[in-house]
Amino acid sequence: METAVATFWARTMGMKSAAALRLEVESALAGRVVAPFQFRERRLVETAPTGVAEVDALTGGLPRGGLTEIFGPVGAGKTSLLMAALAERTAAAEACALVDARDAFDPEAAGAAGVRLERLLWVRCREISQAMRATDLLIQGGGFGLIAVDLSDIAPRVLRHVPLNVWFRWRRAVEETQTILLVMEPEANAKTCASLVLRMEHESALWTSTAGNSRQTEARLLAGRGIRVERVRARRQEGTLMRRMDGGEMEEDGTSFEAKVVRLCGEEVNAETQRAQRKKRAGKE
Amino acid sequence: MFAGVFAENFLVQAAVRGEPGLRECALALVDGAPPLTKVVAVSEAAQRIGVAIGMPKATAAQFVGVEIRARSLALEKSAHAALLDLGWSISPRIEDTSADTMVVDVAGLGSIFGDEKAIAGELLERGRACGLRLNVTVAGNIGTALVAARGIAGACVIARGEEAARLSGLPVGVLELSLEMAETLERWGVRTCGALTELPVLELSERLGQDGVRLHALARGEAARAMAVAEPGHTFEEEMELDDAVEELEPLSFLLGRLLDQLCARLTARALAASVIRMRFELEPAFEKAIESKKEIVRAKNLPGVFERELQLPVPIRDAKMLLKLARLRLQANPPGAPTVKIRINAEAARTRVTQNGLFLPSFPDAQQLELTIARIANVVGETNVGVAELMDTHRADAFQMKKFSATTEERDKDSRLPAMEKRKQTAISCRVFRPALAATVELEEGRPVRICFSGLRGEVAVAAGPWKTSGEWWRENAWQQEEWDLELEFRAGRGQKEQGLYRVYYDWKCNGWFVRGVYD
Repeated sequence: METAVATFWARTMGMKSAAALRLEVESALAGRVVAPFQFRERRLVETAPTGVAEVDALTGGLPRGGLTEIFGPVGAGKTSLLMAALAERTAAAEACALVDARDAFDPEAAGAAGVRLERLLWVRCREISQAMRATDLLIQGGGFGLIAVDLSDIAPRVLRHVPLNVWFRWRRAVEETQTILLVMEPEANAKTCASLVLRMEHESALWTSTAGNSRQTEARLLAGRGIRVERVRARRQEGTLMRRMDGGEMEEDGTSFEAKVVRLCGEEVNAETQRAQRKKRAGKE
Repeated sequence: MFAGVFAENFLVQAAVRGEPGLRECALALVDGAPPLTKVVAVSEAAQRIGVAIGMPKATAAQFVGVEIRARSLALEKSAHAALLDLGWSISPRIEDTSADTMVVDVAGLGSIFGDEKAIAGELLERGRACGLRLNVTVAGNIGTALVAARGIAGACVIARGEEAARLSGLPVGVLELSLEMAETLERWGVRTCGALTELPVLELSERLGQDGVRLHALARGEAARAMAVAEPGHTFEEEMELDDAVEELEPLSFLLGRLLDQLCARLTARALAASVIRMRFELEPAFEKAIESKKEIVRAKNLPGVFERELQLPVPIRDAKMLLKLARLRLQANPPGAPTVKIRINAEAARTRVTQNGLFLPSFPDAQQLELTIARIANVVGETNVGVAELMDTHRADAFQMKKFSATTEERDKDSRLPAMEKRKQTAISCRVFRPALAATVELEEGRPVRICFSGLRGEVAVAAGPWKTSGEWWRENAWQQEEWDLELEFRAGRGQKEQGLYRVYYDWKCNGWFVRGVYD
């Protein structure tokens, strides 16, 4: 197309007025380029908090109308981050959807993490093709605040075979919407289609223990786990401001590699679950 | 003022309403058991080429271009219901006079529709939308309105005092005479209402009795009577009997679309929408196909003769296309399984949604679009695999049930008024579960796990926390008793490196085995 424009330009240069020239270029490109001379101003990127303060400080939040990719090995904390984001969005009365490629979502843990389950559409898939199709349908349907696609348990070699146009299609489909498209994978695959890419790694688990006379009487509790979150890519327009949902604004500092360590709390898991169940029972009574 | 509404050649109109392609055809409807099947109704086109009522079916079939259909009581019932809905769409007071006739009280409708002519035009237009060609006459009394509607095509208004003059040219047949009375008048040479009114009433009474007096008054346009007001029906049902059984989904959905169009037109006429759609398919017995083996015959005997499906809609819908898409998706996922010979669609009517979204509420999927999206996804992943997880009131692990996803604006609006949730200071570590749980082999030392093998992985236990014992429902067959452990495992990853993972493992006392429930992520 560039060649066509250059040829056309060379042929008509100096012979016609700018307006006539513009008209001819536009007519020559009609059907291929919608408005060749119209400057398309990028809209202000709006973000929504993830629910994890450290990650929000690192990234500015999850970009709306963009694809966010979170990758890392099993146990890296991707699910915990997803739960925090879902809890945040559902608490804000937004409809969320989770496309679960391997049916690994734990509603009990999600409830304990604060996710309003009645606002979460859970799609339980058995294979990647189902997950892809369901994601397409959800994006087309529109209206969701967050669409999460959990491909964590899909083998990396399978994900590498996902055509690039799938990621591109998803990015374009959510571009002018308020939807956050969050994809979790073992490896990054979306390349430049992702607005934000986070790499996650786990650190050692933290245990609390009470001393006993022997191993049998020693009691331990999973106190938590550190996770390392690294911002691999954050595609924003240079010089613009990122508007956060909480009203604050942060300066854009270009693509950089930063990392934060987040401590996930483990003791709370069982206690929260039991508390939630107690509340539920009390409500029923 | 009253409007007499008459659907001329009702049997043909009912058949055409069910199969609009027949509108321009020469159509003959037949009825009766073979070999005495006779023509009971013919369209104008069929009349022109010589097909007549009472003709045997075999004779009618010899005319070129004649479409012959069996008379369908189901279609006539639907057409009659549509006619009444049409009346209720314009006035709450209607009289269900007969299958093809009704009277609508149009007094006081002037401020909505305009003068009587406009009201008659509106009724005609609405009738056309429901697939019926009507004659409408607005007159000062019910008798005149009915008689004129039977005799004058299209819309007509008869002003007070002009009744006798306007009816005088109509044939006496419009007075709904008995066969004996019609013969008598024919013998007397009385063929029009005008000729009947010229006869002296006293002599007519002596010869024909009170019937003669009534007919005389009707012909003069002076037969006033009270209206028998009909109660509005709440059943919206359309059905279709098929001459040939349909097995493929494509033609079936075409027929469904036609029925849904009719149903939605009726609902629209009453300013209502469908909250539940019930589809009932009567299936052809499958004996002919299953004759090859005894096993299949047994299976065929067990086949239900009726296949029913229900569409629960999140908001009342009267968009026929949307309903057809939902019905199609439901049938694609779960087809009838045998050829269909009769379709019946029933709609539970409800008022249309009039709520407006809150100004400060975040965007939410459109309820109709959401229903369609969920139906499409259900078609891909299965109906039970899409929805909302609802935790069950038990301590059993992974206990939940799937429910339909629907959140109405009212609920969200109510929630938005609640005080904001207290911000969590720490993020809880979450677990990914394996469904079903992975069987594992665990080595114990002093009652604590030290090594574990599952899914081809062999890990050394670095740290073990537990056991947490749970049990429940011992009074039922599906009782459980488990001991849960949180294990930090180390796997060899080659080159002397080690990989770590946090797993939740349990020992099931019922199965006497170890299982990996999930991994902390």
